[in-house]
Amino acid sequence: MLLFLTRRIGLMLITALCLTFIVFALTNMPAKLKTLAKTQAGGRLTDAEVVSWINENGYGTPMLTRYGEWLGVVPGWVREEDGVVVRGRCVDLTNDPGRAGERCGLLQGDWGYSTRFQDNVGTVLSARLGATGLLMMWVLIVMVPMALITGVLAGMREGSRTDRTLSTFAIASTATPEYVSGVVFIALLASSTVGISPILAEWGWIDGRVLFQGNARSAIEGITLSNFTLPVLTVALYGMGYVARITRASMTEVMTQQYIRTARLKGVGFASIVMRHALRNALIAPFTVIMLQIPWLLNGVVITEVLFSYPGFGWTLYEAAVNNDIELLLASSVVAVVVVLVTQLISDIGYVYLNPRIRIS
Amino acid sequence: MDPLSWLQIFARLAQQLLPVWIALVLTFGLSIRYRRRLGLYGKLFDSTVGMIGFGIVLFWVFSAIFADLIITHDALSQVSRMRNAVPGSPLPDPGDLYPYYLLGGDSLARDVFSRVIMGAREVLRIAPFAAMISFMIGITLGLPAGYFGGKLDTGLTFLANLVLAFPVILLFFLLVAPEIQETIIPLIMAGVLFIAPILFLTVLLNARFFTQPQKRNLYVGGVLLIGAWAYIGLVFNADPTGIWSMSPNLLNVFVAVVFVNAPTVFRIVRGITLDIKTRDYVAAAQTRGEGPWYIMLWEILPNARGPLIVDFCLRIGYTTILLGTLGFFGLGVSPESPDWGSTINAGRRLLTVYPHPALVPALALMSLVLGLNLLADGLREESLRD
Repeated sequence: MLLFLTRRIGLMLITALCLTFIVFALTNMPAKLKTLAKTQAGGRLTDAEVVSWINENGYGTPMLTRYGEWLGVVPGWVREEDGVVVRGRCVDLTNDPGRAGERCGLLQGDWGYSTRFQDNVGTVLSARLGATGLLMMWVLIVMVPMALITGVLAGMREGSRTDRTLSTFAIASTATPEYVSGVVFIALLASSTVGISPILAEWGWIDGRVLFQGNARSAIEGITLSNFTLPVLTVALYGMGYVARITRASMTEVMTQQYIRTARLKGVGFASIVMRHALRNALIAPFTVIMLQIPWLLNGVVITEVLFSYPGFGWTLYEAAVNNDIELLLASSVVAVVVVLVTQLISDIGYVYLNPRIRIS
Repeated sequence: MDPLSWLQIFARLAQQLLPVWIALVLTFGLSIRYRRRLGLYGKLFDSTVGMIGFGIVLFWVFSAIFADLIITHDALSQVSRMRNAVPGSPLPDPGDLYPYYLLGGDSLARDVFSRVIMGAREVLRIAPFAAMISFMIGITLGLPAGYFGGKLDTGLTFLANLVLAFPVILLFFLLVAPEIQETIIPLIMAGVLFIAPILFLTVLLNARFFTQPQKRNLYVGGVLLIGAWAYIGLVFNADPTGIWSMSPNLLNVFVAVVFVNAPTVFRIVRGITLDIKTRDYVAAAQTRGEGPWYIMLWEILPNARGPLIVDFCLRIGYTTILLGTLGFFGLGVSPESPDWGSTINAGRRLLTVYPHPALVPALALMSLVLGLNLLADGLREESLRD
């Protein structure tokens, strides 16, 4: 078990290293740096000014050196004028000229500086991750029970009318990406001119003009049913169908097993068979899938947060990518990779734990 | 003129879509008539779910084919005073134009209906083709990884997992950015990705016919000739006849979508290969002294076709979703492109006031993906039956 964990964590580190290097290389291409210079220092820079901006802000050194700086294995860049340290990687980050020439990168716990938000990446990301964590929590609270109930009900009696209806619903939900369901939800529920909100308002069933809000920015101050329902539903809907289908497949397989037949022949009632005999075994596969679904939901989170302008991790990633905010993008990709690999690890370990027939070798 | 009622709108839509209905009826009539002779395709018509899915997919395919006959206005032309017009609005001064905007106008006063139909053409031109290239790459790499195992397998699996660990949207932003387009990166990636289909077909035919050099030379030569022609046109955009060409923009989108899809296909093919290579008929072929590539391509691959065909349908749907995502973020498409993703993106700003410019392409995209998923479900059911 220990060997397995060490190997997995080692693999994780190598993957993260490769990925961040790719992101670094792609964001540090000369053309991209030029765009960055123009967005940071005003649009009308001449080519010479662009070059000097790049050199002044520490982007002039070779790429591998700068990647080392970011990792914290190479001392940060320093710019001196008349023998006095003016700027430097560590100086800018900590406002302490004494630290010039030291290493300050990932290994030292410094995530760098975000050019888009004009703040330390660590500060920006931790706040945004909290917001997304909240969103994900509610998504899972809505999605998992819905998916499991749909799957179990459909798989209980294969081929029945319930099965057909629920399976079609699950397929439809996997066919509706977030930007489609979000748009439909907003048009249907959050518009004061069309959909059902004007009707409800006319009947006096709702106080405001709309049933739910199509903008979740206010959810940062406080989550209410009105501003958080639509984003949560949008993310949950797309992920739900897949988990439901896996649950259904797993349930139908379990229902054909010998021990279920034995239980039936013993005269156990159908409800009791499903609840006590089938469910435990049928939920092993969905567990792994739910864990693997989390990184996938991350994509949906980006789309949903942009659509509902909810300032979480996904929205930050989008802003960073649009503005070529190098260090924020790198930190975001580290977070994303860690989420992917940790959920994979949990799903593997959980699978072994739930299913005693499998041993880690 | 008065605006049309919803009933009239639907009647006129149905009338405009007449070529599609005719083609659909013909296809279904002929297929159902001869379904016993058509193999897996014919069996599809035994499953209601599969038939519905196939119908929806065909609807969009025919819409894309007959788009020029169906559209009521040019997808790019603007008509004054029709900005954000509600569905069924009459044109103020039609002249010889179609007198109504059947599904309303968008924020730039263009006809929503015509743009959706032209958008189907955009989507269906890329999605199936991208899914096909992804499959060829996945198969070319997945078969040897599963069959030979060892270092090759470890390396390729690591690479596949590396790409899969990337958040798709970050990858899109990095690969489809306009700055990247001017560099050599998309060209190199296209060069590598497009060589896979040629390699695949060459090895496929060579493994089968190398005992009959004459036939082999003919087939392989033909593949190489056409392959090289297409390759020059697609990758370098330098085909003298201009049949194979792809704008740098489109090439970039295409490469990004293939790059995201291929690792998943690789994993599926590798998994199936690991399973099938333990079968008796593979052992029999090995005893006969067949070469490894013959066994992979002519023994293992045909027996893996069931799951692969099903996944192919799902993958076209997923590619459609990915293309929509690209459009939604305004990546790699020109602003006036009628593709569904960017139309949704353009429409979402006024969504709460004028929902129709975003809602129509959103429903179109959903229905196409739903059709593909239902089709895959029907195919799975029918291929499991035997």
